[in-house]
Amino acid sequence: MAKVTIDGRTIEVPDGTTILQAARMIGPEVAPPTMCYYSKLKTSGGYCRTCLVEVTKGSEKDPRPMPKLVASCRTNVMDGMEVGNVTSPKVTEARKGVVEFLLLNHPLDCPICDQAGECHLQDLSYEHGSSKTRTDFERRTFEKIDIGEKIQLHMTRCILCYRCVKVANQITDGRVHGVINRGDHSEISTYVQQAVDNDFSGNVIDVCPVGALTDKTFRFKSRVWFTKPVNAHRNCEKCSGKVNLWYKGEEVLRVTGRKDQWGEVEEFICNTCRFDKKNTSDWTVEGPTAVNRHSVISANHYEVFKQPTEFKLNVVKPLSIEEGEQA
Amino acid sequence: MGKKILLAHDHVPGIQTYEVYRKHGGYNSVEKAIKTMSPEAVVEEVKKSGLRGRGGAGFPTGMKWSFLAKPEGVPRYIVCNADESEPGTFKDRYLMSRIPHILVEGMITSSFALGVNTSYIYIRGEYFYIVNILEKAIEEAYANGWLGKNILGSGYNLDLFVHVGAGAYICGEETALLESLEGKRGNPRIKPPFPAIAGLYGCPTVVNNVETLAAVPFIVNEGGDEYAKVGIGKSAGTKLISASGHINKPGVYEIEMGITVEDFIYSEEYCGGISNGKKLKAVVAGGSSVPILPADKILNLANGEKRLMSYESLADGGFGGGTMLGSGGFIAMDEDTSIVENLFTFARFYHHESCGQCSPCREGTAWMEKILHKMIDGHATLSDIDLLWEIQAKIEGNTICPLGDAAAWPVASAIRHFRSEFEEYVKNPKAINKVTRMAV
Amino acid sequence: MSDIKFSDETLAVANKIIARYPEGKQKSALIPLLHLAQAEFDGWLSPAAMDYVASLLNIQNIEAYEVASFYSMFNLQPVGKCLIEVCRTSSCWLRGANEVIQHLENKLGIKEGETSTDGMFTLKAVECLGSCGTAPMMMIGAQFHENLTHEKVDAILETCKQEGKRKTYLDNVVVDKY
Repeated sequence: MAKVTIDGRTIEVPDGTTILQAARMIGPEVAPPTMCYYSKLKTSGGYCRTCLVEVTKGSEKDPRPMPKLVASCRTNVMDGMEVGNVTSPKVTEARKGVVEFLLLNHPLDCPICDQAGECHLQDLSYEHGSSKTRTDFERRTFEKIDIGEKIQLHMTRCILCYRCVKVANQITDGRVHGVINRGDHSEISTYVQQAVDNDFSGNVIDVCPVGALTDKTFRFKSRVWFTKPVNAHRNCEKCSGKVNLWYKGEEVLRVTGRKDQWGEVEEFICNTCRFDKKNTSDWTVEGPTAVNRHSVISANHYEVFKQPTEFKLNVVKPLSIEEGEQA
Repeated sequence: MGKKILLAHDHVPGIQTYEVYRKHGGYNSVEKAIKTMSPEAVVEEVKKSGLRGRGGAGFPTGMKWSFLAKPEGVPRYIVCNADESEPGTFKDRYLMSRIPHILVEGMITSSFALGVNTSYIYIRGEYFYIVNILEKAIEEAYANGWLGKNILGSGYNLDLFVHVGAGAYICGEETALLESLEGKRGNPRIKPPFPAIAGLYGCPTVVNNVETLAAVPFIVNEGGDEYAKVGIGKSAGTKLISASGHINKPGVYEIEMGITVEDFIYSEEYCGGISNGKKLKAVVAGGSSVPILPADKILNLANGEKRLMSYESLADGGFGGGTMLGSGGFIAMDEDTSIVENLFTFARFYHHESCGQCSPCREGTAWMEKILHKMIDGHATLSDIDLLWEIQAKIEGNTICPLGDAAAWPVASAIRHFRSEFEEYVKNPKAINKVTRMAV
Repeated sequence: MSDIKFSDETLAVANKIIARYPEGKQKSALIPLLHLAQAEFDGWLSPAAMDYVASLLNIQNIEAYEVASFYSMFNLQPVGKCLIEVCRTSSCWLRGANEVIQHLENKLGIKEGETSTDGMFTLKAVECLGSCGTAPMMMIGAQFHENLTHEKVDAILETCKQEGKRKTYLDNVVVDKY
């Protein structure tokens, strides 16, 4: 076991835990943001640099601070380690820089992007970015490629997190897409005209932190905040069959994996569940999905929903569940 | 004349061939090590020698070797980094094309020291013609029993192969090099683990520069103490310096560390002064990534003493007032050189060579190049100088591998030492563009 | 799709290269084999050529595309018989690389990045080739041409035209006296 202190809060974690995992165990207040790390994908993380933290004390044994900021998703804790995340001005500065880099060539086409409302880059720039841009250069564009009937690729929005490549490597049989070219010309591509299509390929949509890979069957159908997610399941031979159905009125517009509080799917789902089962009758509905209060998706939907734990303002007394039910 | 270790026989006719090389003491270190020394004793000599990595970082070689993990039943590897790509650096190419056997010999002796049975030389693709030279040398070494099975009847086996890259500066970074050698994109790995624990194919691996490995035969033959006597302080031994730019005698020079920078630039033995009788304006002393220094700062230390060609003296003054020995890529610029435009060539280089894996480097290097391009086009404003400064600061230290730092430092140092020139350039681009040599 | 296959001779070389790497690590031979393919199949790597190399190494095609597109020496589009690569980084720039490029553009009637209409020359500006002490320089195939002057460039172009054959990185070249 190792004792680690992050932003002044201490926790004891098993050896081999990363700083990021330890921070998540403490709570979302100290957990660094992530854009490329994905706990369900091996070797993910390290690329985007949004989760950089400052190690002010290496360990009990060797208390020297680490000379550079480190990627918390790829650095293991040591016993006695002390880490600064939100409390470190260096981290705040560096993170601001990373956000600026990630947005430098981003098209900012949120108004027409299906990911808007559940986009990690939106959240990141809102929380850690600047309200102004300092670049007046033309933004990078790519030749558009078609990767099949189900998945839409918008390369201009991609931040090169490599998650979709890892999904293809780790949970599908046979990878046909990857990162081609180099440097800022790098792009997700199949290189030759080819569809990304196999039983589990749809998961690239769920892991994509931005709107680079979206569900073609949901394209332009609705803003996500006008849809309402419910938990549902079905007996599926290929996957767990546990999903979120996204309703607009009575219609299922979209099926996705269920996501945890870090925005990661709990279990990967198959393409049959995702693309081919869009009738309520295909599913056993369990109930509404818990949505973080800060998410725009929660807006106006659940007048009678569980009181969010982080809601502690005394001046506004929220409706209790009982009261809500009575109302 | 200073002591020569690597290029001692450079001017011997036919030194490229096995016969001549052998006649001049070639392969003696293999014989001595295998017949009379234990592997540990060889490592000990290298430690004593004070030899430091000649690729740029200057990390003590003996210490690097001692980090190598040696689990039972797992192969270990030595990979020679011959991916020389740092702008201003061409010493390894010179050494490999002139005296290929010194590298082969160094690799055999080093492999023996670390209990390695397969070694690779990773050479940059642009040096394809040297592949032929090296492969011929290796073939000769096999034919004469220095490589293969049961070397000198000792029971020690070693295979040595050349592996050619295909154009990527980033593969000079040791983990990118290993990825490339595994047949992948040259994306640097996230460390830890370090190659000494998990390198090539996940096995313990040492990656050393050509010049580093080539110094091993002397150390084994003459002893680490003898090597340590050459040079100055912690800058033991000799260093190959690639001299280029506005000097009378560009080329590769083996210097004994500790000579003055002034002597190196102006003496007939080395660079022979600035060409066309011009004055020296600035020097990039250790390859494109190290801080550029104006003439007075490269020649003299802050205390008025002369600056020396050594790791410590070149670094004297820290990042504000000093630079680094780096790979020994010494680029001299005369009084007519535009620092802004030279910096543009560096920025363009790093943009071109960024692997694109992590965001600060991928986006930042491209951004810096665009801003410098805008300056040269005459459309920049004074605030762009500050912006450049801030971008480099946001890249430095925040990337997966040192390429980010390497791209940031030239920008930081050029602005630090030549800010007024940047301002002039921005204010009056037309006047400057009249005398410029560059048409972008 | 044309039938892309190495000659017996090249295949033997390829197999020799593959054998240099441990069992199960044949992917290591990818870059060397792509070099062989580029030299053998008209100086560039078509998707078919890359698929062929991938099949020899038993890897997915995308792995070959990913690697080929990463390294600057692999041409993913057809190039002229003589690919002229002129170094333009600092040391070469200091000694007139831009003039060399301009001279070549005038002489060949093409811009940097273009191929002459007769398919003989492609002009490409590249980053540091490690020949800084003999700047300015350019590379054609595996051959370094150093300490360039206008006259020297003219003579080299003339020789290329007379020989009229494709230059590759695998050419056996005469090493300049340094």
